[in-house]
Amino acid sequence: MPVGFVPLNLRTGTPNFARLSASATWVALGVAALLIFVVFPVCNLLVPPGSALHISDYWITLFGKIMCYAIVALAMDLIWGYTGILSLGHGLFFALGGYAMGMYLMRSIGHEGVYQSDLPDFMVFLDWKAYPWYWRYTDHFWYAALLVVLVPGLLAFVFGYFAFRSRIKGVYFSIITQALTYAAMLLFFRNDTGFGGNNGFTDFKRILGFPITAPSTRMALFVLTGFALLAFLLIGRAIVDSKLGRVLTAIRDAETRVMFSGYNPLYFKLFIWTLSAVICGIAGALYVPQVGIINPSEMSPANSIEIAIWTAVGGRGTLIGPVIGAAVVNLGKSWFTQTLPEYWLFALGLLFILVTLFLPRGIAGLWKRRTS
Amino acid sequence: MPWGRAELNAFTRRIVAAARRLGLLCAVALAMPAGAAVAPEAIRDLAFGDGDARSKAIATLGASGDLAALPLLQAVLDGDVKTVGEDRVLLVKGDDATDLLTGKAVKPVPEGVEDLTVNNRMRRELGTALAALKLVSPERATRLAAAKELQNGGADEDTLPAISAALAKEADPEIKGMLALTQAAVQLASTDRTTRLAAVKALAQSDAGATKTLLLGVLDRKAGQFVEADAEVRAEAERSLKAVESRLSTGEMAARIFSGISLGTILLLAALGLAITYGLMGVINMAHGELIMIGAYATYVVQNLFRKYFPGAFDAYLVCAIPVAFAVAAVVGMVLERTVIRWLYGRPLETLLATWGLSLVLIQSVRTIFGAQNVQVENPSWMSGGIEIMTGVVLPWSRIAIIAFAAGVLVLMWLTLTRTRLGLFVRAVTQNRAMASSLGVPTARVDMLAFGLGSGVAGLAGCALSQIGNVGPDLGQSYIVDSFMVVVLGGVGQLAGTVYAALGLGIVNKFLEAWQGAVLAKIAVLVFIIIFIQKRPQGMFALKGRTVEA
Amino acid sequence: MSGMLTSGASDTSGGIGGRVLTDGVDISHRGILYLEGISVSFDGFKALNDLSLTIDAGELRCVIGPNGAGKTTMMDVVTGKTRPDLGTAYFGQTIDLTRLSEPEIADRGIGRKFQKPTVFTNHTVFENLELARKADKRVWPTLTARLDSTAHGRIMAVLETIKLAPEAGRLAGLLSHGQKQWLEIGMLLMQEPQLLLLDEPVAGMTDDETMRSAELFRSLAGDYTLVVVEHDMDFVARIADRVTVLHEGHVLAEGSMQQVQENEQVIEVFLGR
Repeated sequence: MPVGFVPLNLRTGTPNFARLSASATWVALGVAALLIFVVFPVCNLLVPPGSALHISDYWITLFGKIMCYAIVALAMDLIWGYTGILSLGHGLFFALGGYAMGMYLMRSIGHEGVYQSDLPDFMVFLDWKAYPWYWRYTDHFWYAALLVVLVPGLLAFVFGYFAFRSRIKGVYFSIITQALTYAAMLLFFRNDTGFGGNNGFTDFKRILGFPITAPSTRMALFVLTGFALLAFLLIGRAIVDSKLGRVLTAIRDAETRVMFSGYNPLYFKLFIWTLSAVICGIAGALYVPQVGIINPSEMSPANSIEIAIWTAVGGRGTLIGPVIGAAVVNLGKSWFTQTLPEYWLFALGLLFILVTLFLPRGIAGLWKRRTS
Repeated sequence: MPWGRAELNAFTRRIVAAARRLGLLCAVALAMPAGAAVAPEAIRDLAFGDGDARSKAIATLGASGDLAALPLLQAVLDGDVKTVGEDRVLLVKGDDATDLLTGKAVKPVPEGVEDLTVNNRMRRELGTALAALKLVSPERATRLAAAKELQNGGADEDTLPAISAALAKEADPEIKGMLALTQAAVQLASTDRTTRLAAVKALAQSDAGATKTLLLGVLDRKAGQFVEADAEVRAEAERSLKAVESRLSTGEMAARIFSGISLGTILLLAALGLAITYGLMGVINMAHGELIMIGAYATYVVQNLFRKYFPGAFDAYLVCAIPVAFAVAAVVGMVLERTVIRWLYGRPLETLLATWGLSLVLIQSVRTIFGAQNVQVENPSWMSGGIEIMTGVVLPWSRIAIIAFAAGVLVLMWLTLTRTRLGLFVRAVTQNRAMASSLGVPTARVDMLAFGLGSGVAGLAGCALSQIGNVGPDLGQSYIVDSFMVVVLGGVGQLAGTVYAALGLGIVNKFLEAWQGAVLAKIAVLVFIIIFIQKRPQGMFALKGRTVEA
Repeated sequence: MSGMLTSGASDTSGGIGGRVLTDGVDISHRGILYLEGISVSFDGFKALNDLSLTIDAGELRCVIGPNGAGKTTMMDVVTGKTRPDLGTAYFGQTIDLTRLSEPEIADRGIGRKFQKPTVFTNHTVFENLELARKADKRVWPTLTARLDSTAHGRIMAVLETIKLAPEAGRLAGLLSHGQKQWLEIGMLLMQEPQLLLLDEPVAGMTDDETMRSAELFRSLAGDYTLVVVEHDMDFVARIADRVTVLHEGHVLAEGSMQQVQENEQVIEVFLGR
C-alpha cells in the first residue's frame, strides 16, 4: 500500500482514524449506563440515608437537571459544532417543551389547587371561566407528549424555513434567534397569554398518577432523562458519522461548494435544525417535572446564550464535549450561587471570554491534544 | 322651623347686600389683613351660622370678586379661624391672634378658643369660592391655576356669574379659552334653550377630551328618551362633536408621531455606535448595551459632583456630562478592544460570545460599585415641562432636546467618517484591511479608535437615556435587542440605513403599540423584520455587488 | 418546478433538486451552452452587456479578457448564482438556466471550479470526493447512504486521475495550493458533469503543475465540455480549441488562438490603452 494510505471502512466510507476511539467510546457508554441505571438508583433508594454511600435527593435532582442541560448542549452541538449555525434562542425550544409538559402537569393537579377549582389557580385568579382552546386535551398525557415534540418542531421548521431560505447566515441569524426568544418571553410574561404570566406553572402534584415528589417518581424521571441522554448521544453519533453528517460539516466549512456539488443546503439545515429543536423540547419536558416549575425567564436571551457557552467550553463538534461542558459549567454555577453568589456573573463572564480566547476547542480539544 | 320662601329671599337679599357692601369696602381696603374689609355679618355667618347660612356666605363671598375675602376664606380652610364664645371670631396664627370683627390684635390668645369645624361640604364650597376669587387675581399664574381647577370640576351655576365676569375681563388667550369652555359646560345644564344652544356651539372650539364627554352627554339617552329634548340643540351638538373629535384625533396622531420620532431617535443613538462597530468593522458587540449603561452612569456621577460642589450651576451639569459620558464609554470600549476583541477579528461568532461575557462582567461591576438598585438622575430645570399643543397633549422638552441632540450626533458622525483622516482610514480598513495595511494605515490603531468612536456614541445614548428613563445596571439589556434589529434592518456600511431603520422602527412601534399593546407590537416588528430580510437579506441599505460570502 | 418541456432525448424525470438524472442534456444540435443577449448590472455598473456565445459539446473553450471584463459574472449567470436582467441562457436545447437554483443546475450537469479553491478543509481528500459524487442528494438518501464498491472504485479512479491517491486520508486543509486545485477538479469530475466551468484553474501553480493540468484538461475534452477562464496565455494556447475574448461584458472576438492573437481590436484592448 502506498505510504499514507489509510485503510477504508467500506461500510460508511469513513477512514478509520476517525473512529480510533470507537472502543473507548463503548467503554465510556457502558460506565455511564451503569451509573445511571444501577448505581444512582441503588444508592438513592436502597442505601439508607446516613450511610456514606447514600446519594441524597438533592444530588439526584441536580444531576437530573444537569442531564437535561446536557441534552440541550448536545442539540446545540449538532447545529453549531457540526453545521456552523449559532442559535442564541435555543432556550425557547427547551422552554416550549417544558410548557407543554407543564400544561399536562397543571391539569393533573385536579382540584388540589389553592382555589379548589377545575381550573389552574392562575386562571381562577384572572377570573377565567373555562380553558382556552389551546389547553384542550392537555389532560391526556399522550397529547401533551405530542405537543412537546410538535410545538418546538413546528416553530423551528417554519422559522428555519424562512430564515435559511433567505440565506440569513452567521451573525445576523444569531441575532434574529435572540430576538425570537426575547419576543416569546415577552409574550409569555403577559397574563392574557394563558400560561401563568410571570409566575408560570408550579405546585405540581402528580405525573401519570404518581406523586411528583415521591423518591421513586424522582428516580424514574432521573433514569428516563439519563436514558434520553444516552439515546440522543447514540443518535447524534449515528447522524454525524453518516454522509449527512459530513454534508453538514461541509456546509459549515464551505456552503458555496456544497451548493455547487448539488446539495440544497436549505433542506439539510432545516433537518438538523428541526431535529435539534425537538431534542431540546424533549429535554424541557423532562426538566420541568424534576425541578417543579417553568416560567418565562427560561426563554430569556441570557439563558440561551449560556447554552452556547456550555457547548464552547466542552468542545464543539464532538458531541461528548458539550455534555461535559454543560456538566462542568452548571456544577460550577451551583457551587458559586451557594458560596459566592455575587461572583457568579463575574465567573461566568470570564468563562465566556477565556474560553473563546484561549480554549477554542474546549475541554475535548485539550483531551485530544494530550492523546495525539 | 323651616323657613318659608319669603324668609329665604330676604335672607339671601341680606347676604347679597352685605356682599355688595363688602365689594365697596374691598376696593378701599385691599391690602388689609384677612377679614378687615369683609362685612362683619358675613364673618359672623361663617363662624356661627348653620350649614346653609355658611354655604350662602361662602358662595356670595366667592362670587363677589372681592379680593379681600381671599385671605379670610383661605384662613377658614386652613383652620386658622377660631371662635370664642358666641360673639368673637379670631384669626389665630401661632401666638398671634386678631379679632376678625374689629380688626384689632388680641393679646394674649384668650382661653376657651374653639376651632371652627370645616366639614367636607364646606371645604368644597370654600375651594370653589377661593377659585372664583382667584380668577380675578392680578397674578396670571394664580388665575391660570384657578381656571384649571374650575375646568376640572367645581364649576356650577353658582360660580357661573364669577366665571362670566372673569371671562369678560380676561385678556390672556389661554385662560380665556379655559374659562369659555367651563362657562359653556355649565350653560349646557341651563334650563334656557338659547343658552344651551349657544353653549353647544361654543364647545365646538374646544380641544379638551372632557368636551367630548360633555357633548356625548348631551346626545345621550336615558331609558330610550333623549336627555336633551330640543332637536336643534342635539343637531348642533353633533356638529360640534364631530369638530371636536377630529381635532382630538389629529392631536392624538401628532402625539403618536412625535413619540414615534422620539423613540426612533433614541433607537438611532443606541444603534449608531453598533452600526459603526459592526457595519464598518464586522464586530458584533454584545456589550454595546453596557456601554450605553456606562454613559448613563457617567451622567449620574457628573450630576452628583455638580450637586455636591456646584449646586448653583446644577442646570449646567448635563452639558458637562455629555463629553464625560462620551469619553468614559470610549475609553472602556477601547480597553475592551485592546484586551479582548482584537484577538477575535474575523471570528464573528466568537466575538459575539466573548463580548457577551464582557457584558456580564460590566453589569456585575456596576452592580458592585453602584448597587443593584436604580439610581436617580434628575432633569435640569430647562428640560422639564414641554410644549402643550393641545389640552392634555404635551410634547416634553426633554424629548425634543434628545431629537435635536441625536441629529447633532448624526451630523458629527457623518462629518467624522467622511471628512477626517480617521474616517478615511476606517473606511479603507473596512473595505480591504490587507491593502490598507500595506499602504501604511496603522490598522491596529484605527481599529481601536473606531471602536472607541462607536463606544463613545453609545455613551452619548446613555446620557440621553438617563434623562427620560430609569438608570440601573440592566439598562443596556433593554436596548440591545432593539439596536440589533435596527442594524439588521438598516443594513451595514451606510449610515443612512441606520437612520431610516431607527426612525421607521420607532414610528411603526408606537403606532402598533397604540393599536395592540407594547408586547404584540414588539412581536409584530420582529416578524416584519424576518419577512423583510427574506426579500433583502442585506438590509435596506447595503454595499452591493460581489462580496465575499461571510 | 423546473419549467422544462419534454421533447426528444432530453431528460423528463421532473428534476427536483438532488435527484439523480438518468439522461444527459439535449445536445442534438451540437451546442451545449447557449447564451444570448445576456445583460447584468450591479448598482448601475454593467458587468455583462448583451453577451452572446455558444459552446459546442465536447470542446475546450478558453475565455480570456482583462480584469472586469465579466468572465466570472458570466459563470455566475450560467451556474445560477446571478440572474441576468436581460437575455436567455440554455443548457442544451431545453434547460433554462435562469429558472433553476444552484444545486439544481449542479445536478443537471454543470460543475464549477472557483478562483479560490473551495474544498472542504476539515474533511479528508477521500471524503471530499465522496461528498461530491453524483448521487441522490436529498436529505433522507444522504442520511442512509452507504458506500458500495462501485462508488468506491469511482473515487479511487478519480484519485488516480488527479494524482492524489497517496493523500486520500489527509485533511484537505493541509494540502498545498496546487493540490487543492486538483482536488476541486476531482470533485467536479465526481459530479459527472457534462459541462465544466473552470475559473483560473492554474493560478498559483508551479510550471510543472501547470503542465500536468494542461494534460489533464486535454484528456477530459471530448468526453466533457470545458470552459476555462485564464490569464496565462501559454496555457491557453496549449489547451484551447477555440478562444473567446471578453471585453467590458461583451464578446470582442472569437476563434482559434492564432486568429484571436492577430485580431486588431484584441491587440488594442490588451496592449493598447
